[in-house]
Order: sequence, then structure tokens, then C-alpha cells
Amino acid sequence: MDYFLELFLGGLTRGSIYALIALGYTMVYGIIKLINFAHGEIYMIGAFTALIVAGILSMLGWNQVLILVIASIIAVIYSSAYGYTIEKIAYKPLRQAPRLSALISAIGMSMFLQYYVLLAQTSNFLPFPNLIPDFKFLEPIEHIVRSSEVVIYVVTAIVMVLLTFLIKFTKIGKAMRATSQDRDMAMLVGVDVNKIISVTFLVGSATAAIGGVLIASHIGQINYYIGFIAGIKAFVAAVLGGIGSMPGAVLGSMVLGMSESFFTGYISSDYEDVFAFLFLVFTLIFRPSGILGRDDTEKV
Amino acid sequence: MFSFNEIKKSLLVALWFMFLTFPIMVIRVNTIYNTIEWRWGRMLMVGIGSFFLSFLWRFLHKRQETGQKKAEPGETETLTLTQRLITDKRFSIPGIIAISIFALIFPFVFSMYQTNIMTSALIYVVVGLGLNIVVGLAGLLDLGYVAFYLVGAYTYALLNVHFGLGFWMVLPISAFFALLFGVILGFPVLRLRGDYLAIVTLGFGEIIRLVMENWNEFSFGPSGIANIPRPGFFGMELSLHQNIIWVYFVMVGMAIFTIFVVRRLQDSRLGRAWIALREDEIACQAMGIDKRRTKLSAFGLGAMWAGMGGAVFAAKTTYINPASFTLWESIIILCVVVLGGMGSILGVICGAMVLILLPEYLRAFSEYRMLIFGAILVIMMVFRPGGMITAVRKTHQFKGLKDPQSTK
Repeated sequence: MDYFLELFLGGLTRGSIYALIALGYTMVYGIIKLINFAHGEIYMIGAFTALIVAGILSMLGWNQVLILVIASIIAVIYSSAYGYTIEKIAYKPLRQAPRLSALISAIGMSMFLQYYVLLAQTSNFLPFPNLIPDFKFLEPIEHIVRSSEVVIYVVTAIVMVLLTFLIKFTKIGKAMRATSQDRDMAMLVGVDVNKIISVTFLVGSATAAIGGVLIASHIGQINYYIGFIAGIKAFVAAVLGGIGSMPGAVLGSMVLGMSESFFTGYISSDYEDVFAFLFLVFTLIFRPSGILGRDDTEKV
Repeated sequence: MFSFNEIKKSLLVALWFMFLTFPIMVIRVNTIYNTIEWRWGRMLMVGIGSFFLSFLWRFLHKRQETGQKKAEPGETETLTLTQRLITDKRFSIPGIIAISIFALIFPFVFSMYQTNIMTSALIYVVVGLGLNIVVGLAGLLDLGYVAFYLVGAYTYALLNVHFGLGFWMVLPISAFFALLFGVILGFPVLRLRGDYLAIVTLGFGEIIRLVMENWNEFSFGPSGIANIPRPGFFGMELSLHQNIIWVYFVMVGMAIFTIFVVRRLQDSRLGRAWIALREDEIACQAMGIDKRRTKLSAFGLGAMWAGMGGAVFAAKTTYINPASFTLWESIIILCVVVLGGMGSILGVICGAMVLILLPEYLRAFSEYRMLIFGAILVIMMVFRPGGMITAVRKTHQFKGLKDPQSTK
């Protein structure tokens, strides 16, 4: 039973991590129908910024929790700034262009950012300081769940609630929904579409940055390539749940994380990724637009 | 032009980029020795660089916008200079002759190293043209195309290891296996469209690679297969140098063959069905085109070229392992197609040449080459979203019509 619980919680951790990245993917996709390949890089930049800030502050001998908070805030600010700038440079001029061109532009941006970090920092794995304190009350069950994992669950839940609130109940969320339904129509009724797209990128990048800080401090090391791998997995999760739908992204991430965890735990760890992709392929064969995706029938 | 307003804008851009690159460019923290390195010089460089680049960026934008405005009035499609050069026989025939002569003497003029690079570029021409069928003509976004490349390469390598079959024997088998895999993949994804299709093909590519990596008994796992023989030359022994030249000519021949076949395919009934499918699936079905068969044939025929390219790749490098067939490879091939110009054969050829030769010649910039490569992809797409050479739509004119616009 303990083993099952361990796998379950491990899957939950994975799922939360995927969810934090997948949310950004799905939001951007919902609004401009673009697979933002550079999204994983934003997450990576968030982790790097946090590492730098945390490094400086810990040398100054600050309190661990304070470092975590400040490093996260700065990482969020910088990641959002990067997301905003990327959109302005690489995607905005391509709004009217064929969609594949925008995709290639995103791939180019992703490459650029990877090597930018590689050149400016290092190609080696960097140790990431453990920013999340060990909670006393978790000591008896420490072999099942680590305190960093608990923090990940809580933060993911909070982020999701906030995002749902933002989308469902605020004016800007309403505008976002309108833009994703029909951009031209939204423009006609007075929505500043450019602003909405920028906001989407800001919010998506901020979630990715939070993910970056949490995951880096959970795993304990980062390098310039983490964004690409995490980005692909999160993208798979987003598609699994039905891309463009926010609850879908979370559900897809959880399903993917859980099934990966159980597969590794009970069957084989060699074929973990094979299983993840097979799972995706079979899900999409039976539900061609993801678990929660809208099955939009085409009108002629 | 350099008004106060412009300078102010550029200054703001420079400040923004200085802020943006501040932590990652300037600070380097060493958490083991607890040291911080501040590199303020870089910040200055970023500032000055982005200040001037923003001028250039705006200038290019303005030029592009005025270009579009000029094109907008008169609805007639104006051909660009390159397109006119291609379509006009007076220029295209001498051009083709010049290129053929260049291709013939290339290995004798340039070094072995250059010939080798050129051979890889030609492999990408063939593979790119194959993907062009799937993405450019049929409009099916395939992110796992490298799987077929892998199938081709491993077919040759494994058949050679186990049964000692030669290159020429296996080449058609490789092509056939890749085609088979293309159709097998095609079946389940018939219903999917757009990005769902992209992600499933991506998954398929990764599955095949990961299986190859883990199934040691079958594929020799991550250590790969070494000592794959190069293609034979009518049973004669060749030195290494001669062999490289021979592979080069094999590839030239194959590229010409591919160009010929793809050209014919494009104008065939099937090719027109692909284009129709890309434009509008429902209208296409209403016209009586069998969607299932058309899609499957696009997947299969596209994959076939990748299989052939893969076999040549295995023979050229004499060593393969799963690490040569990652997702990046698929992305590079996709970039070849999109950057060159989707649906245009000449575009794909140019795209392959640029994308494969550019990183090689950028080696002078050593570690900066991938950075520059990424930047070029973005800039290219921003300023020429249709690719280098956009496909010319086939148009038919009524010769007899007395219209002032076509008085020829």
C-alpha cells in the first residue's frame, strides 16, 4: 500500500509540474492557435533567474523562505518579460502569415534562447539550492512524500484557482475568452486584441516560471536543455487533455503524470516515454480532440 | 529618418533589453565556491547592439509594409523576380546547365570534407522533398518524419549485419519498409487534424527511436551499429576518397530522380488531389476524392523518400545509433521545407542547401552558430513568412480570349 501511495503521490507531483507548464501552452494556443515552442525555454529561464537570485541572496545569508519568495517573484517578473518580448518579436509580425511559419519562428526562438543561456551561463548541470524548507510535521511520512512535493501540490492548486478566477470572473478573462472564440468579432466589439494576447503571454510565462522554480528546487539541478524536454512533455499533456482548454490541460497533465508514474513503478522504467506517447496516440485515436477538447464540427 | 522620436524609441528598446538580459548575461553565480562574477561589459554591449538593431528592425518592417501596399491594389498576382527567373525558359535552362556542371565537377574541385557536407545536404534535399509531399502538398503537419528516416537507415544496417545484403539490394527494401511504416502510421491518424496530428506523429517518431534505444537484442541499443559498408561500385574496391566521391554521385543521381518523380507526382491526378485536400477537406470529398486513400498515399509516398535517404545516410556515415534520429532532426527537416517555401520544389532544395550548409560554414563562429541559426530562422520567418521561394500556383489562361490584359 505504501508503494502504491508513493507512486500515486509521485504521479501527482509529475502531473502538477506538467500542469504548470501545460497551462501556458494551452492558454497561448487557445488565443492565437500557435504551438509556442519557446514556452519550455521560458520555464528554463525562470529557473535560471531564480538560481542566480538565490545564489546571491544565500551568499548574503538571508533566510531560506525569504529567498524562495524573492527568487520566485523575480523569476516570475523576468519570465513574463521574456514571454512578452518573444511575442512582440517573433509572433506578432506573423499574425496573418501561414501557421507553419509562426511555428518555425517559435522553433527558431526556442533554439536561440537555449543557446543564449548556454553561452551566457554554462552548458553544465548547475546544482540548484534546496529552497523549500523541510517541514517538521512531514517527518513521519518522509519516505512517501517530500515537503517540496507538498509545496508543489499546494502552489499548483493555488495557481489553478487563481487562473480559473482570472478567466471566469474578471473583465480581462472575459476578453480572453472572446478573443479565443473569434478574434475578429472580439476586435469589433472593442476588445484590444493585442493587449489581450500580451496579457496571455505574461500570465502563461508567469505560471511557467513558478513551475521552473519549484521543479528546479525539487530536482536539485538545472541546465539549458531542461526547457525543451519539459516543454515536449507538457505539450503532450496539453494535447491529451484537449489543447485550448484549461481544465483539459490540468486533467491531461494529471493523467499523464499518474500513468507514467504507475507504469515506471509496476512495469518498466526503460519504456516510460514509449508508454507516455503510446497512451497519447491511443487516446487521440478514440477521442481525436483530446479528453476535454471540444469536438468542433466544421460548417460548410 | 533619424528623428528624435526614433532615437527615443530605440533608446527605450535598448534599455528594455538591458533589463531583460541583466541576470543571465551579467551575473554568473558559482554555488560551489560561493563566488559571483559580474560582467558589466556585456550589458553595455547588449544596450548598444539592441539600440542599432532596433533601427534596422524598424527599417525592414517599413520596407516590408510599403512592399505589401504596392502589391495590394491590382488584384493580379505579381510574380517576384526569382519566380519570374524560374518560370522563364530563357533563364531556367542555362541555369540548370550551370548547376549540373557545377554538381559534376564539385568533388574534383573541392576537398573531401566539402564533398561530404554536400552529400549530407543532398540527403536533406531528398528527405525534404519527401516531407514536402506530406506537409507542403497534402498539408498534414508531420513532426515525426525522422522515424521513416530511421526505418530506412536501420533496415539497411540490420539487413547488412544479419544477412550481409549490399546497399543496392537494400535500397528498395528500405524504401518499401518506410512506405509501409508511413501507411501504418497513416491509418490511426486519418481522423486527426492540425496540431493533434502533429503531436501524434511526434509521438510516433519518439516511440520508434526509444524502442530502438531500449531493445538491445534487436537494434544493438544506444551503442548503435558500426562498420556499415559504403555502397559498392560494380564490385570494385574503392579507396576512401573515391568512395566519398561515389557516394556523392549516388546522391546527386538520387536527388535528380527525386526531383523528377516529385515534379511528375505534383502535376498528376494524385498530386492535385493532395493540394485540394490541403485547401479544403470537405469540398475535396464532395468532389469525389477518396480522402482516406489520398492521405495514406501522401504519408506512404512521403515516407518512402525518407527511407531511401536514411539508407544512404547509414551507408555514408557507416555508423548509426538512435541518437542521430531525435526530434531535432524532424524539426530541421520541417525547417528545410518551410524555410525554403512549402510546396515549391526549388524552394525545398534551396532550403536544404541553406540549412545544412549554413551551420557548417558558420563553424567559424564556433559556439555562436546555433544562436545565429535560431535568430536566422526567426528573422527569415518574420520578413518572408512564405519561405525563400514561394510556390507558384498553376494558372491556366485562355489563349484565344481577347482581353487587354493578355494580348499575346
